[in-house]
Amino acid sequence: MRVTLFIPCFIDSLYPNVGMSMVHVLERLGHTVEFPEEQTCCGQPPFNSGYWDEARSVASKQIDVFKDAEVVISGSGSCGAMFKVFYPELFHGHAREVDAKALSSKTWEFSEFLVTKLGVADLGARFEGRATFHDGCHGLRELGTKQAPRELLKHVKGLDLVEMTEAETCCGFGGTFAVKYPQISTAMAEVKCNSICETKADYVISNDSSCLMQIGGWLNRNVGSVKCLHLAEVLASR
Amino acid sequence: MNTLAEPPSQQFHSDANRSSTDAPRRAAVRRALSNYQTARNRTGATFTDWKSARASAATIKHEALNHLDRYLEEFEQKFTARGGQVYWASDSKQARDYILELAKKNNVRAIVKSKAMTGEEIHLNQALLAEGYGVVESDLGEYIQQLKGEPPYHFVFPCMHLRRDEISDLFHRELGTAKTDNPEELTMIARRVLRRAYVEADMGISGGNFIVADTGMISITENEGNARLTVGLPKIHVALIGIEKVVPRLADLALFLPMLATAGTGQHMTGYNSMYGGPRQTGEIDGPEEFHVVFLDNHRTRLLADPEQRDALHCIRCGACLNVCPIFKNIGGHSYGTTYQGPIGSVITPHFRGLEDWKHLSGASSLCGACTETCPVGIDIHHHLLHNRRNAAAQKPAKGEQLLWKAFSFLMKRPSLYRFAMKFAPLGGLLHPLVQGTPMDPVAGWTGSRDFPAAPLGSFRERFRAHNAAKQSAAHTGGAR
Repeated sequence: MRVTLFIPCFIDSLYPNVGMSMVHVLERLGHTVEFPEEQTCCGQPPFNSGYWDEARSVASKQIDVFKDAEVVISGSGSCGAMFKVFYPELFHGHAREVDAKALSSKTWEFSEFLVTKLGVADLGARFEGRATFHDGCHGLRELGTKQAPRELLKHVKGLDLVEMTEAETCCGFGGTFAVKYPQISTAMAEVKCNSICETKADYVISNDSSCLMQIGGWLNRNVGSVKCLHLAEVLASR
Repeated sequence: MNTLAEPPSQQFHSDANRSSTDAPRRAAVRRALSNYQTARNRTGATFTDWKSARASAATIKHEALNHLDRYLEEFEQKFTARGGQVYWASDSKQARDYILELAKKNNVRAIVKSKAMTGEEIHLNQALLAEGYGVVESDLGEYIQQLKGEPPYHFVFPCMHLRRDEISDLFHRELGTAKTDNPEELTMIARRVLRRAYVEADMGISGGNFIVADTGMISITENEGNARLTVGLPKIHVALIGIEKVVPRLADLALFLPMLATAGTGQHMTGYNSMYGGPRQTGEIDGPEEFHVVFLDNHRTRLLADPEQRDALHCIRCGACLNVCPIFKNIGGHSYGTTYQGPIGSVITPHFRGLEDWKHLSGASSLCGACTETCPVGIDIHHHLLHNRRNAAAQKPAKGEQLLWKAFSFLMKRPSLYRFAMKFAPLGGLLHPLVQGTPMDPVAGWTGSRDFPAAPLGSFRERFRAHNAAKQSAAHTGGAR
């Protein structure tokens, strides 16, 4: 299958390894991976801030970029939810509503694409360590992704996956919220990270790098020992 | 707590910042709510199909609100036929004035009140006290808050933030009772005061959980029996209820009563569920001589006029969205400065009290959606926070922020410029001057409490290009061999 990657701006600039891991996993499965260089940002920051006209003009650009894609795979549940759930609302009653819905229907979150669309759970990955999984809120509640990443991680040899009590609790990132309300955001990160530490895990894995930036940012400052990994990085390791 | 001395957004910022670093209080609130969660999970599981129950509840409330005029009038007709009186209050002042006038006309001296958030909403106690009436809150939590001189912390659990020793100290200070750590003893102290208040009161004021149209009755749900005494003993009863509380049929309560109990406290059914249909009838030996229902609009019709957000009026005030909200758990109820705290409060307060003054509550959310997931009547709570943000930006854009998003959009529509920016000024260094020194400055807001990831060598797009080039050259070499 020809799969088109949507690599959100912060993965592009801060977590290139996440994108490359997605490429490796998909290529190993025999798919042709493409990455249209014209893509930039999904437009979520202005959208969440209430500036929908500005968001729409950015979104419109992405609709053009992915027009010819067969399927679009996102490495972030949050940016994926922007395409899948919020574009149809953003363009509701606007000229490009049909195009927005078309992009929405062919967009997949990475783990959901592997498990639900392709029916693959065992990628032959090997990763030694004790890990816990963080459900990013947008992936979990906007896209309904809960089991797919766990299904994939269950098949990773050497990985000891333990659930934390606060797996579904928000890490406190929330995009611009994290900098508009840093104290509240940090208090939320603390709750999340304490729950991670309770599991005695060496790694916290998620299907959303934006949450991991928040979790990692707090852990590095306060704990130091727990490492953050994107699901794709674990699945790509041998 | 909003002292009205400073704008609500400033009060929110300072209170939320203070509470989110109050570790012991945060831990106490989290502990209380984790007990709730355990009970709720257990009770919720006893519904054969919670999802369908939720869909039915939403459908019934939708129907009720779409024909609000018809159902409220049906209630009025049935209720007045039994001698009850209905007053339609457009706003807080009308509601307050009606109740004050009633008290004056009847030479009322003492008033006992059961839990009613509508009372908080219209500042009823303050108005009554200012006119010299004695008012005693009869719900234990509300009584404690009244003694403390604080508004409720949570609209279902008014004093959930207090420890037993704090309550004991409060009783000791205000009532002169001996200090105790025993919850039963604390309850008995309050009961002694309250029993006297019921007997002495000549007016009882309550809220109402449901307005039942087809029988013309109000339904009150409680765990302490205090509302029964508040309604039953004084000679005049006033029920102050928001107009959105209507359900069409008595049969609807078969769904709503267990649902409210489950979502609200994790009980199968609340301790006492009573229906009140009017004053004492001929031949009856007890009950109030006069029974007034005050229907409160107070901008609920403004919310009703908004097709996008009118489902917020489905709310049965169970408080479940507060109980699961990570913001509420970390900043606590008083930071909101509103009658209705938590996610639902952040949605409706801008409609009730003005978007410009209350938009910050919609901004103070990570939009995690736990509220929407838990809401028993299917209100799209967290998406309404987004709608409020959009409406606020459209109504009065913040100049600096608008400029930032315009610049952002300019950049993101131009991939070559974006690539250039990413290469030479990673992560929006280009945009930084626009926000430097403002609350939007990501660097200052972030690095105060969290590390920033180390910049990698090369972006994804550079690595992908190199990866493809290597693949091609390998294929080429392979082909030539």
